Amino acid sequence: MSATTRGFTRRQGPPWLPYLLTLPTALVVLVFTAWPTVQALYMSFFRQYLNIAKFRTPTFIGLKNYQTLATSPDFHQVLRNTAIYVLGTVPMSVVLAFLFALLVNRAVKGIGLARLGFFYPTILPMVSAATIWLFFFTPDYGLFNTALQAIGYHGPQNWLSNPHLALLAVMIVAVWKNAGYLMIFYLAGLQNLPTDVFEAADIDGASAWTKLWKITFPLLRRTTLFVSTIAIIDAFQVVDHIFVLTQGGPSGASNVFLYYLWQVRFEEQNVGLASALTVVLILIMLAITVTNFVYSEREGA
Amino acid sequence: MLTAKLRKRITRVFLNLLTAVLALGWATIIIWGVVVSFRPENEPLGRGDVWFGHHLTVANYLKAWSLAPFGIYYRNTLLIVGMILIAQVITVVLAGFAFAHYRFRGQKWLFFFILLQLMIPAAALLVPNFSTIRKLGLFDTTLAVALPYFGSAFGTFLMRQAFLEVPRDLVDAGILDGCSWWQLLWRIYLPPSLPTLVAFALSSISWHWNEFLWPLVVTLSERSRPLTIGLVRFTQLGEIGARWPLLAAATITVIAPLFLLFLVFQKQFVRSFLHSGLK
Repeated sequence: MSATTRGFTRRQGPPWLPYLLTLPTALVVLVFTAWPTVQALYMSFFRQYLNIAKFRTPTFIGLKNYQTLATSPDFHQVLRNTAIYVLGTVPMSVVLAFLFALLVNRAVKGIGLARLGFFYPTILPMVSAATIWLFFFTPDYGLFNTALQAIGYHGPQNWLSNPHLALLAVMIVAVWKNAGYLMIFYLAGLQNLPTDVFEAADIDGASAWTKLWKITFPLLRRTTLFVSTIAIIDAFQVVDHIFVLTQGGPSGASNVFLYYLWQVRFEEQNVGLASALTVVLILIMLAITVTNFVYSEREGA
Repeated sequence: MLTAKLRKRITRVFLNLLTAVLALGWATIIIWGVVVSFRPENEPLGRGDVWFGHHLTVANYLKAWSLAPFGIYYRNTLLIVGMILIAQVITVVLAGFAFAHYRFRGQKWLFFFILLQLMIPAAALLVPNFSTIRKLGLFDTTLAVALPYFGSAFGTFLMRQAFLEVPRDLVDAGILDGCSWWQLLWRIYLPPSLPTLVAFALSSISWHWNEFLWPLVVTLSERSRPLTIGLVRFTQLGEIGARWPLLAAATITVIAPLFLLFLVFQKQFVRSFLHSGLK
């Protein structure tokens, strides 16, 4: 049956129809993903400042922009901050997501409310959430400091303008925003776990703790990989809260990659350097997706 | 010695307590924002006095709306989200159908090319895309905010998967009945794939309702600014300073519609976010 039908299955419409159907999508990708990638690479070899009259027209300067980045203390600070930001927020969000999923995956009255409490930050615009956090962080009467004092904290109060604490403050907001989003993937994973393994473990008299670390966690390894990848990519592309909370300050203490890129292009009007930064960011993003792909292929095999 | 039963009970109480404390801590942000937005402005917040005032008032909302054109911001956000949604639903269904139903030359390459959009997120391409928008003469329009999202690799991928799950027998029957390509799509492929399309649509709505950096860069005046940009401009207004009740009211204004929609359609939202993991 299928052999006879296969012959005319895919012949609806003229032969160019599938190309026409995919054209709008391909065009958007061409104009707003492929072409700009090439354009950024090209422009990164030029010097162009839009706010300085004699540098308005682009001049070819080879790898000069990349050299500038390699020796710029500002950029080094940004790289350091970005590394701290990613290496801090990603594991923290993932661990909390796992904990939240375990906690709300129990049949207890009112657990739906707890689930809502963890998940709702996902659908808030980051800038609105950050605006509320702004007064959460207020010295003296802000709830953040009130809560900290209640547990015996007597350190500095104004986190957002403290060079040692500003980055930590924006990281806390990011973790708060992301953990509930990542939680739902673990929740879905938990609900798909095979029950027979746990029954066997029960017969062997395994403790809840052993089951958690020897069975649940290893079985959710793919979820962890997936969730970590989303978290890493998000950490690089979401800087909205920094616009509201610290503007990268004080003196660059909370500046991270994408925020710096925005500053270089739209405040310093340095198109060449911003293009070089774009190229670096694209390479980082590609490295992350390719690594994830290779790993998940290996896991899947 | 504790009996096993008692220990289990203590564990359960502890876990419930932990859940409650954490969830409440997480929720404090929104609860506080809502409470403060209804607090009379002439009762300044102070140490130990940060929740309710002596009565509730909507004056903050009225004041916030009089200080900034939130109505226009709403219109712009709705326009942007609406344009993207309509364009995406069309392009994603058509492309997904082409990749699922047909075999054509260069199909693999074309698919891979479109997936580029998943590998290089739009946020990274801010700078070159900004100059493209300038060259197209679209700077400071709502269309500029929406246009780069008119096609979605992720949506195409999702719809292709959904269409591939439609039983071949159904498709073959449709072909025997003499369906044209769009009848096949409309009558046979689309109905069973609607939940996927809805999930994609919901995540698209919330994603673009919340977007900040791209609209910040391509808008300049009130005629094109969406809510998120309007809110940040509002917080920077000279007369706002640290008037938290006013800020809270503005913030809740921006959050409210999507949040209410979410409360009503919680399950669908969570499902759509599960789907959209790859964004």
